[in-house]
Amino acid sequence: MLSSFLQFLISGVTVGAIYALCGLGFSIIFNASHVINFAQGEFIMIGAMSAVWLADAGVPLPLAVILAILVTMAVGVLLEKLAVEPARKASVTTLIIITIGASIFLRGLAQEVWDKNFHKLESFSGETPINLLGAVLMPQTIWVLGTAVIVILLLAWFFNRTLEGKAMLATSFNPLAAQLMGINTKRVLLISFGLSAGLGAVGGIVITPITFTAYDNGIMLGLKGFSAAVLGGLGNGAGAVAGGLIVGIAEAMAAGYLSSAYKDAVAFIIILAVLVFMPNGLFGRKGTERV
Amino acid sequence: MTTKSLKILASAAAVAFTATIGAAQAAEPIKIGAFLSATGPASFLGDPEKKVLEKYVAEFNKAGGVLGRKIELTLYDDAGAADKASSFVKRLIENDKVDVIVGGSTTGATMAAVPLVEAAGIPFISLAGAVVIVEPVKKWVFKTPHTDRMAAEKIFSDMKKKGITKYAMISENAGFGKSGHDETLKVQANYGMTLVADETYAPKDPDVTAQLTKIKNTAGVQAVINWGFGQSPAVVTKNYKQLGIAAPLYQSHGVASKDYIKLAGDAAEGVRLPAAGLVVANQLANSDMQKAVVVKFQKEYQADFKAEASTFAGHAYDGLQMALAAIQRAGGTDKAKVRDEIEKTQGYIGTGGTVHMSPTDHMGLNLTAFHMVEIKKGDFVLSD
Repeated sequence: MLSSFLQFLISGVTVGAIYALCGLGFSIIFNASHVINFAQGEFIMIGAMSAVWLADAGVPLPLAVILAILVTMAVGVLLEKLAVEPARKASVTTLIIITIGASIFLRGLAQEVWDKNFHKLESFSGETPINLLGAVLMPQTIWVLGTAVIVILLLAWFFNRTLEGKAMLATSFNPLAAQLMGINTKRVLLISFGLSAGLGAVGGIVITPITFTAYDNGIMLGLKGFSAAVLGGLGNGAGAVAGGLIVGIAEAMAAGYLSSAYKDAVAFIIILAVLVFMPNGLFGRKGTERV
Repeated sequence: MTTKSLKILASAAAVAFTATIGAAQAAEPIKIGAFLSATGPASFLGDPEKKVLEKYVAEFNKAGGVLGRKIELTLYDDAGAADKASSFVKRLIENDKVDVIVGGSTTGATMAAVPLVEAAGIPFISLAGAVVIVEPVKKWVFKTPHTDRMAAEKIFSDMKKKGITKYAMISENAGFGKSGHDETLKVQANYGMTLVADETYAPKDPDVTAQLTKIKNTAGVQAVINWGFGQSPAVVTKNYKQLGIAAPLYQSHGVASKDYIKLAGDAAEGVRLPAAGLVVANQLANSDMQKAVVVKFQKEYQADFKAEASTFAGHAYDGLQMALAAIQRAGGTDKAKVRDEIEKTQGYIGTGGTVHMSPTDHMGLNLTAFHMVEIKKGDFVLSD
C-alpha cells in the first residue's frame, strides 16, 4: 500500500503547490499596505489567459510567457493608478472592497476580450509520467514546485536585501514615518501592485498545463491561494507555501483514506483549527496594536 | 326595415367586426420570452442558446413570420442565478406579456421558473437536462434535452454488450454531476450492474489522482463512469491516463463537444460516451431521418458563428421550432391551445432526436435519440 500512499502524497503536493503559488501573490501587496487584494485571482487568470492566447497565436512559449507576465503587470499598475490610488486616504477595508469590485470588473473584461471557453497550455516538459515506487509524478508538478521555491527565495531577497523591499516594509509599518524618511509611499504601493500581478501571472502560467484556464478560474484559485496564505501567515512567503502544501496534502489524504465527500471539509477544519489557536497563521508575525 | 334586412345588416356588421379583430391580431406580433444563462458559469450553455434563438427568430421573420404575424423575442440573461431567473420570468409574464417561454439553461433556473409559469398558465419549453423538470409531469412545462437518466441507460446498455457488470463511478459533487450520479444508481439494477467504487470531487479541483488511485486499487472494476461538466471531465481523463488505468472510461453527454477533446488531448483516445446525432452529423447513415436536419443546422450555425454547434445550441433550436409549430397548429396564441398543441407534438425530427410528446411524457425522446460514440484520433466516431 506504499504506492497508494505515495500517490496520495504526490496528488496532494501537486494541488498544494498550485495553492501555494497562488497564495504567494497575496504577500507583496499585504506587506506594502495591509490590503488583501481580492483581485489576485484575476491576476492569475489574466497571466494564464494571455499566455494561452499568445501561444495559440503562434508566439514561442518562452516569449509568450514573458509577454503575458508584462501584460499582467501592466494591468496591476493600471488597477493601482485608476482604482486604488484615488482612494488612498480611505481605510484598509474600503481598499479591500475596491479590489473585490476590480476582480468582478476584470473577470467581465476577460470574458469580452477573450471568450468563455476553457483553454489549455502544453506541459513545459512533456506529458510522460515519472514512475516513483509504483506512483506517478507529472513533470509539470516539478515545474510548479520549483517555481514556488524560486519565488520564495526571490521574495526573501527582495524584502530583506533590497532598498525597494525595505522601503515597502517600512511603509507597511508606518506610512507617515516612512514618508518623513524620504520614502515615496505612493510609488511603493504602485510597485507592490505591479509585482503582485507579475507573481500572479507566473503562478497562473505554470499551473495552467495542469488546471486549464478560463475567464472565471481566478475565483477558485484566488480563494484557495488566500486560504493557503492565511494558514501560513499573511505576508510570509514560506508560510504561504507551507499553508498550500498542508491544505493540498490534507485534501488528498482525506480523499484517499477517508472519503472524497469529506475532502473539502477536512481542509477547512484544519484552517479553522489553526486560526483559532494561532490567529496570525503558522508563521505569521504577532500583530501588535499601538494605542 | 324588414327583419330579414336587419339580420343581413347584423351579420354584415359581425363579419366586419371580426375582420377588424382579425386584422388587429395579424398586426400583433407573437411574443416569445426567453431567459438564458448567457453569461456566468453556465455560459457555455446559455451563450450558444442565445445565438440560436436570435438567429432563427430573425430568419422566421424574414420569411414572413408565423400565421402572417411577426415574432418578437424578449431575452433576459440570468447569469446562471436561479433567483435572477425567477424575477426575469415574472417580468416576462407580467410586463412583457409573452405568449410562450423558451429558456432556462440550467435545471436550477428552470425549476425556479416552474411555479411561476404553472400559476400564470404559460407554455414553457425548458432547455435544461434533469429529469425532475418533467417528472412528475407539470401541465405547462416541457423540455427538449435528453435526461441524465437516458445517458446512464445508454452507457449501461453499451457495457452490457461488452459483458461488463461491475463498474466504478467518479462524479462532480454539484449540479449535473450529482444528478447524473443519482440517476445512474436508480437504473443500474435494470441492467444488472453493480457499483464497486463511488468517488466524488469538486467542480474546480485541479487534480483527482487520489480518487482515481482508490478506484484503481478496488478489485473487480471493469469500467469507470465520470459525471461532470466543463473542465473537470478533462482533468479526470488526463489523470486517468497518467495513472495508466486499463478499464474503459465512459463520459456523459455533458462532454459531447470538441472543447473536451481539445482540453484532454491524447488522453481522450478511446473514451466512450452517449451523444446526440448532432455531434456525429456527417457520420449518420443516409437512411437516418435525422441526418438532413442536423447536417443543415450544423452548416447554418457554423456559417454564422464560425464555431461548431454544440448540442446545447441544438436544444434551443428544437425548443423554438416546437413552440412555433404548436402556435401554427393552434392557429393563434391562445395559451391553452398552444399548450395542448405542444403536448401533441408527434414525430418532430430535431437536433436531439425524434420527439413524440404525450400527456404523460413532456420530453418525448427515447434511447434511440442517443448514439454511442468513441473518441478516435481526436474526433467523435460513431460506434453503435
